[in-house]
Parts: sequence; C-alpha cells; structure tokens
Amino acid sequence: MRSLHAFAGGVHPIGNKNTDVLPSIHLHGFPEVELLMQQHIGPPCTCVVKPGDHVDVGTLVGRADKPMAVPVHSSISGTVKEIHYVVSANGAPVEAVRVESDFKHTINPFCKPPKIESFEDFVQMIRDSGLVGLGGAAFPTYIKVNPPKNKMPDTLIVNAAECEPYITADYRQICEHPDDIIDGILCVMKWLEIPKTIIGVEDNKPLVTRIFSHEIKKRVFKTGRHPDIEVRTLKTIYPQGAEKMLIYTLTGRKVPPGKLPIDVHTLVMNVSTLRFIGLYLKEGIPLTRKRMTLDGSALNTPGNFIVPIGARIQDIIEAAGGTCEEPKKIIMGGAMMGVALDRIDHGIIKANNAILVFGSEETTLPPESACIRCGRCVASCPMDLIPCGIDKATRLRDTSMLEKYHVMDCIECGCCTYACPAKRFLTQSIKNGKIMVRAERARVKKEQELRAASEQKGGASPS
Amino acid sequence: MKLQVSNSPHVRDKATTQSIMLDVIIALLPATFAGWYFFGIRAVLVTLLSVVSCIGFEYLSRRIMKRNNTISDLSAVVTGLLLAMNLPVSIPLYMVVIGACFAIVVVKQMFGGIGNNFVNPAIAARIFLVIAFPKAMTSWTIRAGEWFSLRSVDAVSSATPLTLVHDGNAPSMWDLFIGNKAGCIGEVCILALLIGALYLLIRHVIRPWIPVAYIGTFLILVFFFGHVNVFNFPGGDFTVLTTWTDLFYECCYMLLSGGLVLGAFFMATDYVTSPLTVKGKLLFGFGCGVLTFLIRYYGNMSEGVSFSIILMNILTPHIDDWTMGKPFGEVKENAKA
Repeated sequence: MRSLHAFAGGVHPIGNKNTDVLPSIHLHGFPEVELLMQQHIGPPCTCVVKPGDHVDVGTLVGRADKPMAVPVHSSISGTVKEIHYVVSANGAPVEAVRVESDFKHTINPFCKPPKIESFEDFVQMIRDSGLVGLGGAAFPTYIKVNPPKNKMPDTLIVNAAECEPYITADYRQICEHPDDIIDGILCVMKWLEIPKTIIGVEDNKPLVTRIFSHEIKKRVFKTGRHPDIEVRTLKTIYPQGAEKMLIYTLTGRKVPPGKLPIDVHTLVMNVSTLRFIGLYLKEGIPLTRKRMTLDGSALNTPGNFIVPIGARIQDIIEAAGGTCEEPKKIIMGGAMMGVALDRIDHGIIKANNAILVFGSEETTLPPESACIRCGRCVASCPMDLIPCGIDKATRLRDTSMLEKYHVMDCIECGCCTYACPAKRFLTQSIKNGKIMVRAERARVKKEQELRAASEQKGGASPS
Repeated sequence: MKLQVSNSPHVRDKATTQSIMLDVIIALLPATFAGWYFFGIRAVLVTLLSVVSCIGFEYLSRRIMKRNNTISDLSAVVTGLLLAMNLPVSIPLYMVVIGACFAIVVVKQMFGGIGNNFVNPAIAARIFLVIAFPKAMTSWTIRAGEWFSLRSVDAVSSATPLTLVHDGNAPSMWDLFIGNKAGCIGEVCILALLIGALYLLIRHVIRPWIPVAYIGTFLILVFFFGHVNVFNFPGGDFTVLTTWTDLFYECCYMLLSGGLVLGAFFMATDYVTSPLTVKGKLLFGFGCGVLTFLIRYYGNMSEGVSFSIILMNILTPHIDDWTMGKPFGEVKENAKA
C-alpha cells in the first residue's frame, strides 16, 4: 500500500530505533518515588496525604479539585515521608510527595474494574484513572473525551506514528498488548459514538500494521462484525506524529492555528493512552506505571522498561543496567523535542516516554555561524513558517515583525534547527520570540484596560 | 557529573555551511577545467589569482574589523572561483585583484560578511570591472597559440557568439555546447556547467525553481518576441523572412551563448541573495528572464545576465515579503490575528 504523506516539510533524522526488538522489562525495587502534583497541562492537584501516612499502589495522593486537573496516585506501597516543593524538569516549582517504599507492592483494595453505565460514568472513569495524553503533551484525557456537544468527533485517530528518533516505547506497547489497545479504542468509540477509527503507523514499522490487522480480524471472528478500525501506513518523516500533521495526512483536515483537533471533529489519541484505557477496564488500577525507552551510547543495556511513575531518573538508569561511560547529556523525552536535564534526581512524570543518556559521541553542540539564507529551515517547516525570519526578529526584539512571521503558530518540532547548516538555535530563538510576543500582548492589553478605565472615570487619559 | 544543557533538538543534520560551499566548489570544477582546457594556462593563472586574492581579502578584512575568521566556511573560495569564471582570459592580472577586493571587501565584508551581502559579490565585481575597464572586460579572445603560452595580447580578438548570430557566421551549435567559442573562462562549456548543475540538484544544494523559471521565461520571450515578433509581423507572412527552424535556432543560440547557463544555475541560485520560498524563487527566476531578454535585445551593453541577476538581488527582500505564505491551517477568520 502507498504510504501517505501530505504535509509539506519535515526532516529525516536517523531513526536510531535500536531498542525495537527488545521486550519491555518491569523494573521494581525503587527505594522511593517522588510524585509531582502537576503532571499534566492544567492546574496542580491538592495533596491529600500527610507525612507518615501509609499508601498502597493506586492510593489517591493528589486530588483534582480544579477543572483541567487530573488526580495523581501512588505508584508504590510505603510511607509518605515528605511533602515539599521541587523544581520540575522544565524549571517550574511544583509540590511533590516523597514516598518511601516498603517493597511489598500491595495494591489499594479499592482498585477494581470500573462499571460504566453512561457517558458521564465514562468521563468520570477516565478522570479518576489519572490518565493524561501519554504521547508527550500530557493533555488531560478526560477533557479530550468530553468535547462540547456541538463538536462531537466523527473520527478517532490513533497515533502510532512514533516519529521521534530512539523512542520505541509505543512500538513495544503495540507488539506486546495489541488486544488492550483495541479494547481501549472500542471503549472510546462506544461512549463517544465515533463511527470510524484510523490507526496511523509509519512505514518503518511494518510489523505494527500486521499486528493490528490480525487483531482486527480476531475481533471480526469473535463478534461477527468489523469494528470499523482501519490501519493506514504513513511515510516515515519527522514530525509525522505531530497532531496537526497526522490529522492532515489521514483526513485532509487542517487544524487552524490556536484551535484543537476537536474543532475539525477529530479526536487524536496515542496508542499508549488507549492501551491504558483497555488495561484500566480490566484491572482498575490507576495510571501508576509508564513504559519508557532508555537509550543512548552511554548506557550499558538500552531497552524498554516499565517503571513506577515518580521513580528518580538516576535510580531508573541504575536499575536498567547503569552506564558504561560518564553521561554527557541526559534528555527527558525524545532527541528532537526532549528537555536536556541539569540534574537527574527528578521523578519521572506520566507523559515521559524516554530517557536518553548520551555519551561523548552523541553529545555535540556545534557553534552557531551566520545565516546564509539557504532556506532549509523554510523547506523543512511543517507549519509553513519562515524560521530564519523569526530568528532574526527575535534577535532584533521586534515583536511586530514576530507577529508578521506568525511566531505563535510554531509547534516547536525542531525541524528547522535540525536542518540548519549554520547550526543556529532557531527553535530556541522562536521559543524566546513567543515569550516576547506574549509579554507584548499582555502589555498592550493592560494599557487598553487602563485607558478604558480612565475614560470611564471621565478624566483625560494620562499622557 | 557535568551535564550539557541545551535546547532541543539534540540531534543535527550533517550538512554545514562548509559542506554546502564545498559542494558548490565541486560543481564549479568541471566548467573551470573546461575553461582551462579551452583558454590555456593563462586561465589557470587568472583563476588561482582570483581565488587566492579573495581568500586573502577575506582574511585581511576580518582581521582589520576584529571579527572571527571565516575563511574555513569556504565561501571566499566560491566567490573567487565564480569571479574568475566571469572574467575574460586576457584580463590584466591587477584587474583580477581589484575585482576580488571589490567583491570581498566592499560587497561582502562591509555589509557584515557571509549571509549579509545584498547582492552576489562575484556578479557585483564583474559589473564593477565592466564599468571600470570596459575594454579589457569585453575583448574576447580565443586561444591562438600553445596551451602553455601566457601571452594573450597576440590572441585573436573575437566577437562573442551573440554578436555573430545575426551576421550568419556563428559557430556551430556543437561548438557552442562544448565550449569552443569566445567568452569568459567559466561560461563557455555548457556541457560542463550542466554536469555541475546536475550535481548540485542531486545533492539538494540548489532547487530547480530559479534556473527553470529563469531559462524558461527567457526562452519563451526569445521565441515569441526575439528575432522577430511572431505576433506582430508586417503583412502576416513571416515565413518569407523567418521559419520555425530559425526561431528554434535563435532560442538555442541564446541559451548556449553568453553567461546564461552559468548565471541561472550558479549565480541566480546564490542563497543569500535569492528569495526563501518556492513562490519567491519562481518570481525571482521570472524577473531575471524578463530582464535578461530586455537587456540582450534592447540594451546596448552585453551584460544581460549580470545586470538582471543583480537587479533581482536587490528586489529579493521585497519578493520575500510579497511571497510570504500563510501558516499551515491558517484560515480567513484567523488571518487578522
């Protein structure tokens, strides 16, 4: 079958999917975990435990009080030691609960498979499970599956593209638990009344296509009807798995800037997210474990590991086989969009799907040179922006020029920086540009408010 | 443990400015060698002098301006090579040095070095030399004596094929294609230029948009309005004076003679001075084609290619503004934001 490729731009980084044939390994025996109260996009949870409390696997630790918040559960059994503020991997202070393990791994007796009788039950079930988008963005899933009534999705897109180099966690997920994924898909399709599902897979993973086709055939055999799930092969190109690109490739719909997939009646979910729904239906244990890829030249034994959420990165690296040389760079997430860490005692959060431990051979930071206007950034930009123009505007601190170049539409995929022969930090520059524009917009808004207020008073506006 | 912290992405493409420039140098070599073959050892001398003086001026100006050294990016070598390819073999050597000085010091470094020049340095230097030394720059010679002969004064002065077309004693099409004709060192051998251009296209160093738009526009204009305006022929019976074959030959001569192929593939495609988007590149090529046609047919200087490219270079920032596309998914109600 022809591989689909619709969006313009994109790059071809070396795949480095070194770990795709290695079965996932469960890691146990972490002495402690650090559970952040904010592991999603949205406001933090309220901590409901106090030091000295005993917790089991699946015990509620952070309650979601505010809209958009998603509860946090303990991932090990043991005693709450400390509730304190830590600096998260992206630099923001977050409340965290430190739990010391009793190495018994007892599961909270209240965890049992959920009974769903209505759509409201379904949404509540998703929220109680602590599920967020596991592809990396950590968007609260319960918001996603509860769209406004005038915007019900007609298509569920399953993101199995996994276009980031190195990462194979989703791939292993599919190889090892295709039945759970299909269960999750059918559950979402049932309660949201979505007639059609498309699974998008890059053509460098032909096995995935076959696994899903087989799994769908099994369902047809069991139930006597086709589940309306279709597997489509996509061209292997980064960022094929970016939400907007994936929707466009599979349905031809374009998500306008600042809008969500639901605005074009599409629901996009990652395979791992759906697998968790399938698993939760069976077992009822909230999201407490995460499959992640550990790779990089400094590791002894790269592979896929299933780790409790909150386990410290240094402990994970040690438990996964340790390092064979001193790490030079440790990345939380993929090589294209991940965050380089300055310390490794962070507890991992729900959306983490890889830790890359780079040795000296992979760690390069070439010096910047002048832009030669080769246009490679423009050609590689999947959002059809002009990265070198934005870079220039940022360095000039010219916010009107930044707006002219549509800086806020950037999805920060990193294609431009990857492609740049002058090795300029275009993505970084664009991120800075966004901050400048936000500040400028806030300033203008405040100014207008002040003016409006002073006009209301009837006085002359202050000059 | 000391960890490097940097912004994403953490992997980079292999291509560097230096590797791109090296590709351009490799692509220019076949035409350079062909020029050396046809014009003798003096052509070698002019080429080497041009390259060496470009590197020298680059080094000196960076040194004087107390900026970091940029010789290693090889862009000065490309400029030197391009400049030499745009010079007649008989040019006095001191003019080569003056040209190199103008290209590197005035056009490139005074505007901020690589990436900041607003016109192509090699073309600007060629135009500067044509205006400053019109005689030396337009006395086209073909090699008269031995390959090793350094003398050029004895060489037979010859008009370029462009001026010979209408006299009826133009060189054969094959000679034009292979390079056995008068002209600048690097522009004569079309075959070698096309080999180099193919290399650049295969290596994705250049995209075909500018050359195709440039040459396409130019040939269409030549065909319909060149030798004779087929739409506006007195009496309507143009077969008496011209035939379709004549028109075809006119197009071929116009394509194969002068610096059109060199200019379209190697100078109009210069990154710094050409637009960024595909639409912009097509517009740029179209403008070059129109200007080249107008200058060649209605101007009284033979610098059609150089002038058209440099004029379009100057328009490039505006073309970039005009052709800036909409972001992915941008729709009307969002456009005002």
